[in-house]
Amino acid sequence: MSQPLLKVDGLSLGFRGDGGFAHILDGVNVTIQPGEIMGLVGESGCGKTTLARAVLGVLPRNGLQIRGGAIRLRDIDMLSHEPAEVGRQNRVRGRKVTFIPQDPFTSLNPVLTIGEQIDDLMKWKSPLRDPDERSYWPTLLRPYPRAARKADREKVMETLDEVQLPQPAQILKKYPHEVSGGQRQRLMIAMALLPEPELIIADEPTTALDVTIQAQILGVLRKLASDRGVAVMLTTHDLGSAYEICDAITVMYAGQEVEAAPVGSFFNAPAHPYTAKLLASRPDAGGSMTGIPGELPNFYAPPAGCRFITRCDRATERCTIRPEPTRFAAGHVARCYHPLTAPESDRKEKRA
Amino acid sequence: MTRPPILTVRNLNVRFPIRAAFGRKVGEIAAVDDVTFDLGDGEILGLVGESGCGKSTLGKTVMGIQQPDSGDIVFEGNNVAGQSPKQARAQRSRLQYAYQDPGASLDPRWRIGRSLEEPLIIHTDLGGKARKEKVSEVLASVGLPKSHLDLFPHEISGGQQRRVGLARILMLNPRVVILDEPTAGLDVSVQATVLNLFRDLREKFDLTYMFISHDLSVVQMMCHRVAVMYLGRIVEIGRTEDIFNNPQHPYTQSLLAAIPRINGPRVTENFWLKGEPPDASRLPQGCRFQSRCPHVQPLCLAEDPPLRSHGAHAAACHFAGEVSPPRTKESAQ
Repeated sequence: MSQPLLKVDGLSLGFRGDGGFAHILDGVNVTIQPGEIMGLVGESGCGKTTLARAVLGVLPRNGLQIRGGAIRLRDIDMLSHEPAEVGRQNRVRGRKVTFIPQDPFTSLNPVLTIGEQIDDLMKWKSPLRDPDERSYWPTLLRPYPRAARKADREKVMETLDEVQLPQPAQILKKYPHEVSGGQRQRLMIAMALLPEPELIIADEPTTALDVTIQAQILGVLRKLASDRGVAVMLTTHDLGSAYEICDAITVMYAGQEVEAAPVGSFFNAPAHPYTAKLLASRPDAGGSMTGIPGELPNFYAPPAGCRFITRCDRATERCTIRPEPTRFAAGHVARCYHPLTAPESDRKEKRA
Repeated sequence: MTRPPILTVRNLNVRFPIRAAFGRKVGEIAAVDDVTFDLGDGEILGLVGESGCGKSTLGKTVMGIQQPDSGDIVFEGNNVAGQSPKQARAQRSRLQYAYQDPGASLDPRWRIGRSLEEPLIIHTDLGGKARKEKVSEVLASVGLPKSHLDLFPHEISGGQQRRVGLARILMLNPRVVILDEPTAGLDVSVQATVLNLFRDLREKFDLTYMFISHDLSVVQMMCHRVAVMYLGRIVEIGRTEDIFNNPQHPYTQSLLAAIPRINGPRVTENFWLKGEPPDASRLPQGCRFQSRCPHVQPLCLAEDPPLRSHGAHAAACHFAGEVSPPRTKESAQ
């Protein structure tokens, strides 16, 4: 397999709060290959958004402690504080890694027209210009030359057309409140694509939208990502939309990835009991729809072993020791001592 | 349902004026447009549609929070449309509304116990001790421990807040509960337990639900009958099996096609419904679905189709029963 685009390796971080140290992420491993659409699924509070923000480097500094692990985008260490490495981080952030927010209603400035906001994006992040370009002007006074603006504008119109926005020229003159939610989300996708990124981090891009608009938006996202070979990390709690567009899925529970699998084996042969219960909780799954009784463990004092131990009906004595990721098939790993399918090593032994 | 309907809504209209400077009226939005339906005793009626289609306005009008412009709402034999707030108060204990976000509708500075006791103080003349007993009885039936009475709303999880919201409604033994997006914002694992609770409580307290939701798979599982709304009008109503297995209105067909079906074909590959709902203040003449409908005919542009029965259920489409969803994008064009 080629070199992964993004590799999060054993990342542990947390925040110092009133109740002590909150272990938000605990040894998370996530790998995204170039051009792959990876779904990051989990309940609210499981650390999906924290992980997405850590990759972007936009975690709040207040009380943050990184206790170990690494985030590598190609060969750039995204957690380093070395000046040379920080320079490389800044060159990719907003250019090679971009972001689609959850809520298109609050992420556009209400007092600027959409065109002004896209111009501002292109002034700083246009792929047509060198990010290291030096200027004599102080940052706030930096000019946006007419020739550059014109070249960028052509690219903007092209991209707005690709996300199937009707009448793009008129939309650029409008204010955010004058366009609908679906159109705003199309704009956010266009703005994430404009710097020609290699990785888009989409944080629940369709939760605020209706089901027919969701189907349209997910279709646009999947088509553009595969046409341009852009990798997407899609955080969502909706298993249906993850199924729709993802190539692979990683399930998070209480700050750990508990299972990662290609989309086919994820839905048909889940290994981790949490995944199986999550799938059985869907209203369209048929059957009893049991849900998962109990609540997430306390982040200030998480269980030392398996984090799902408090809600799992397969838990035994052994589960008090922390399970490490076990391989089940190509690209399919889970952290469990009592999985629902046999791990690869067991199967090999049986055959021998 | 053989029992007579507990709630009947006839030709209900709710319009919101759009005002320019100095209160000059420049237009209006028909949030609920000539809506008629019955709610049978003990049934669960689902009300689905996209945001802005008037689902919540309809629920609030039935509840009496919003005044209708015209039409009748008959609840237990009395016409309750357009009642004064004072008259409406008497019926509140029989007809209850569960808000979308119980976290926001509980007073953050009141302990759960006090919030639960409040409806009993307003509507009944029970003594302090009897109230406390009733509170702990209902709290147990929604599956919360007694220790929660002393907690504040921010100290409990979203799923528990919903249980508290429900407990507060059940305090007065209502007959009809209007549930407004009862599972919005809940995780799928919590949603399952909350939905099971709704079912159990319905049997235990003999309730009738009006279930407002935009999540079709939840509605399919929970409801006996479903009404589909589009821009203020019910475009299709019928038994759940009929609506889901044999949808007649092209809008219902598109809604059903948009649900992601795990292990089915991916709908995003060739989803055929284009565009978004038109501006509700400037509805086109004729059918309101014309701008997005793949089967649009000259008749649809000229004449607004009424809700007509087609066998087991009713649909507001000139060509109901004759149209089927396009197979792929190519065949729609």
